[in-house]
Order: sequence, then structure tokens, then C-alpha cells
Amino acid sequence: MNDLTNKPWLNWFKLASPSTFYPVAGRLIPFFWILSIAFGLAGLWMSFFVAPVDAVQGQGYRIIFVHVPASWMSMFLYIMMAVWAGIGLVFNTRLSAMMAQAIAPIGAVMAFLSLWTGAFWGKPMWGAWWVWDARLTSELILFFLYLGFIALQASIDQARRADKASAILALVGVVNVPIIYFSVKWWNTLHQGASVSMSKAPSMAQTMLWGMLLMALCFWMYAIAVTLMRVRVIILERESHADWVKQLKEVRS
Amino acid sequence: MNAFFMIVQRDLLLVMRRKSEVLTALFFFVIVTSLFPLGIGADTALLRKIAPGVIWVSALLATLLGLQRLFASDYLDGTLEQMALSPRSFVVLVLGKITAHWLVCGLPLLILAPVIGLQFDLDTAALETLLLTLLLGTPVLSLIGSIGAALTLGLRGGGALMSLLVLPLYIPVLIFGAGAVYAKSVGLDVTGHFSLLGALLILALAFVPWVSAAALRIAIE
Amino acid sequence: MTAHTSSPPFATQSFQATDLTCVRGEQTLFANLSFTLTSGECLHVRGENGVGKTSLLRLLVGLAQPEQGQVTWNSSNIKNDYEAFHQGLCFLGHRDALKEDLSALENLMMYAALGAINLSYESALQYLWQFGLRGREDLPVHYLSAGQKKRVVLARIAMQGAPLWILDEPFNALDSQGMQGFIGLLENHSSQGGITVFTGHQDINILGLKVLEL
Repeated sequence: MNDLTNKPWLNWFKLASPSTFYPVAGRLIPFFWILSIAFGLAGLWMSFFVAPVDAVQGQGYRIIFVHVPASWMSMFLYIMMAVWAGIGLVFNTRLSAMMAQAIAPIGAVMAFLSLWTGAFWGKPMWGAWWVWDARLTSELILFFLYLGFIALQASIDQARRADKASAILALVGVVNVPIIYFSVKWWNTLHQGASVSMSKAPSMAQTMLWGMLLMALCFWMYAIAVTLMRVRVIILERESHADWVKQLKEVRS
Repeated sequence: MNAFFMIVQRDLLLVMRRKSEVLTALFFFVIVTSLFPLGIGADTALLRKIAPGVIWVSALLATLLGLQRLFASDYLDGTLEQMALSPRSFVVLVLGKITAHWLVCGLPLLILAPVIGLQFDLDTAALETLLLTLLLGTPVLSLIGSIGAALTLGLRGGGALMSLLVLPLYIPVLIFGAGAVYAKSVGLDVTGHFSLLGALLILALAFVPWVSAAALRIAIE
Repeated sequence: MTAHTSSPPFATQSFQATDLTCVRGEQTLFANLSFTLTSGECLHVRGENGVGKTSLLRLLVGLAQPEQGQVTWNSSNIKNDYEAFHQGLCFLGHRDALKEDLSALENLMMYAALGAINLSYESALQYLWQFGLRGREDLPVHYLSAGQKKRVVLARIAMQGAPLWILDEPFNALDSQGMQGFIGLLENHSSQGGITVFTGHQDINILGLKVLEL
């Protein structure tokens, strides 16, 4: 063992080994939970107490403080998932593929949350649970893309084939997301003239933006924390035959 | 390009020996389009309005049906790995198979679509536009669909899984294709739609054969 | 049923596996496997079911990637130029790799086109007749018996005329006469300077046969 073992954060390639990453991730998790709670508290305070009541939409509009950050995160996480999957495909590293596998359900949950909060916003505002607005429809399609990725991984028994196949799917998806978004916007203007649109947001007070930003940071830290937790479980599952896993406290008990 | 024509010819020959498989997809297309008036009502004005969408969605579903066979038979009898091991470019061979699939599944839709269009009382201009969008769009469907077929090769529940993977990717083609016919019928300009369909076709032709070939190699590993 | 190939002898070839390690799922099937074969040599890979014989063969042809190690053909890593490697390769997998709806003749012509070989109609017929398929050339393959299908496969192997043969369980479904014919084919191939790697449970006696126990 070389003497870089003691300083894993200096050597990224060493970190690419599941056995080195596992304890490092474990130490980082509480740190991200704390950040998430901190940002969450700050964000919620801003959203509920500081941001003004909207002239048109009243108090109900405050759900955008969950809806918008969830949308942002769902898109961001898809890109991260595709990046990790791509790295795993190109460099043939198992851990990168495991990261993509870990991120997928979290991104799906964000998309799902975005869709539901969108519906809850829409109902009191425009009287319908669902409006085929360009952003919501694109979010729905993104949710399907997540489901496809998860379903493909679940259907393939051999881990390496699952990694590589889902990586290709994620990369194809990430290229298609802008195309899909553009085509849905096009469709929306063609058919509706966009009478109801969530993209026509109320002119944002500075505090509203801060609220959304803080909540976005909260969701981001949460996503990182949960991803690290999930990837540790995935590592244990997939490397269960390795000696270092069998030595772990949590496995031996 | 010899290999390309050889594979197209071979696949067409194989289809001719098993015609029933092809006809099933075409009958499916006809049946599905007939379901909509039965479900919605036969009001002519309404039918004219939903026709582009109905025909396009049915074309999507019929293509999906045909895609399941695209690589499956060669995979099962071992000829797919022989193709991967031949000195010929695997990408070209894959493109040949996709082309044969389009000739068998996509092109017949072009012949049937006007008939269906008449059932939905589309006028001549709309029918023309429909045909042109299908001409540009069905190759894209075959191409994108081949990625799904390659990724799900040999998996349990392959057909349904492939549909889940491929249908979201089909949405842009659907929007521009059906959208063009709708736009034409209300007198709007359709050059934008056609440019985008053309762009999708070029993009798909440029990238998909490589992606599908890579996905196939992963599947036969 | 002896095979008289009239192709000229092959130039000196070498086929080498270095430090091959194969992992399937959680299991390491084999590690640090090495061997070298030169013109005229024949390797019989033996072992229990599930020990990794098929996996090894798939690594050797490049269908699967080894966890570590490399395969070299004529001193160059096969990864550097798959096309050149495949030009000199004839692989037989578990399945016959014949299109059941095509005739034996059509299958042979397909393989010729795939292998970039100029095969005339008459030569194709000659190969099929050589393996006792006279009168069966135009029948769709699904009408043939298992043994006859195997003979179409042998005709294809002979037709391809590649210097390197990698065959997975080639003796399956062959009766004793078929086996004799195939052994004759193998011996002829070796005498021409070709290299063969094959798997199988059968006891084969060929002059100068090397055995690898997995």
C-alpha cells in the first residue's frame, strides 16, 4: 500500500476504488445533512415569513418555493447521473456507475415532487389539477426518462451489463432533454397560445428569489447526503464478496 | 457499402419468408386508428382535428411492435455475434438492419396512411403534409427505436421495457410530425416543422448507428 | 468425408494470451492465464461445466473484455485493429449461427459477403457437396437434421479459409462419421499452418495437440 492511503482526498484515482470511498463517504454524510437542514430552515423562513404575499396569487403561491427548486434539482441530477454514467462507461470504473445508480431514484423523486407541487399550485390558481404547460409536460417526460433508466437497470441481472447499458441510455437521454424541451415549448405555443403558463411567473421580488435559492441549496445538500448513503449501500451489495466488506463492523454484526 | 446492401437484401429476404410477422404490425396500425373514432365519436370535424395525432401515435406504436424483432432473431440464432466478428464495419451492418426495418415497417405505413386519412376526412393538402412528415419521420422512429431494441436485447419483459425507454425519445418527432399536419390544416406555415424533422433525421443518421452498435456489443458480451 | 482445401498454406501466424483474468458477476473464473500458439498448433480447452471455457473463448475473439490481460494476434493487441484480426478469424459459438429460413447455399453466400470473400455460386456448391449436402443445398435450413446443420457449419468454416479458428463445442451433435470428418478438417487446417482453439468434453486425438485444463 502506498503512503497516499492516509490522504485519500489527495489522490482522486484512489478514491475511485469502492473500498477507499466507502469510509470517506461515511464521514461526509452528516456534514451534508447539517448543511441541508441549515439551508432548509433558512429557506423556509424566507419563504413563509419574509417573502411578501403575492398581489395576484395570495398565500398559495408559496408552493413555488418547493416546486421550482425541485424542478431545478430534477434536471441537475439527471445531468449528474449522465455524467457519472458516462465516466463509468469511458473509464470502466465501477464506482462511477454506482454513483449514477444511486442518484437515479433521488432525481426521480425530485421530478415527482415537482409534478405534484405543480398540480397543487395549478388547482387554486387556474382551477385545473394539470395544465399542459411546457415546463410541466417536460418535467413529466423527464420523470419517464428517470423511470426508464431505473427500469433498465432493474431488468439486467449482470451488474456490468446493467452499468453500461444504462449509461448509454442516460447519455442518449441527456442529449435528448434539450430537444424534448424545445419541441414541447413549440407544441405549447402552437396549440394553446400559452394562456396559462407557469413560466410567466409573477415578477419576482428579491426575497422570493432568495427563498427559492436557499431551498434549492437545501435540496442539493439533501440530494448529496442521500446519494452518499445510497451509494454506500450499493457498494455493500455489489462488493459483498470482497474481503474488506466482510471485515466491516456493520456486516459482521 | 457492399455489406450494407447485402444485409438489407438478406433481411428483406428473411421477411419475405415469414410474411405474417410484417402484416401483423400493419394490421395493428389500422386497428388502432379505428379505435379512436369508436372511443371518441364519429363527429367529422372532431375526427379531422384529431387525425394527425391519431395517425402519428398509431405509427409510433406500430413501429414499436416491429422493433422487437429487429435484433432478436439474429441474437437468438447466433448470427448477430458473427456480424460483430466480421471484418465488415459493424456500424454499417447495423445501419443496414435498421434500413431494412424501415422498408418493412415504415414504408408500408406511408401507403396505408392516406387511406386512414380519408377515413378521418382529411383534405388533400393535409394528406400531402401527412405523407411528407411520415416520410421524414418514420426513418427517425426506426433509428431511435433501434437503440431501445439494442439495449433491451434478450431481457425479460423486453417489449414493454423497450416502449418505456423509446416513447419519451419519440416525442419530438411526434410533435413536429403531427404538428405540421395540424398547422397546415389551419393555414399556418409548415417550413419550420419540416426543417426540424429534417434536422432530427440527419442527427439520427449521424449518431444512432454508432450508439446502437455500442449497445449491441454490450448486449452480446 | 475428407476436406481437400486447395488454398495455399498460411504464412507464419502467432496467437497469444497474456495474463488473462475473467470475472463474471462476483466470481473470478480464472486469473493470469497465458498461452502461446504458433502456426500449425491446436489447443483443446477442457474443464468442468461452468469453469469458464466459453468465457475464455469469448475473451479470445474480443466479444468480451478481460478484467486484465491482453490477447495478441501476430504480435499486435487485437484491440488495436479489430478489423484485421477479424479478417483472419473464424469463430463458432454455441449456436450454429445459421438463418433457419434461408437455404444452406444462401447461408454460405451470406457468410462469404460478411467475410469480404469473393465466393462464386459454383464454389459454394462445391463446399456443400464436399460435406455431403448434395441435394440439400436449396432447402431452408430448418428442414435439415441437427447433424446436417452441423455440416453446413463445417462447410462455412472451410469456405471462410481463415488462419485462426476458435470453436466452442464444435463436436456437439456430430455422429462418429461426422467427428472423423471434422478431425480431418482440423488436421488439414493445422498442416496448412492454421491455428485452432476449441473446447469440448470429447477425447480428441490429433497429432501435436496441446491441452489446457481450466
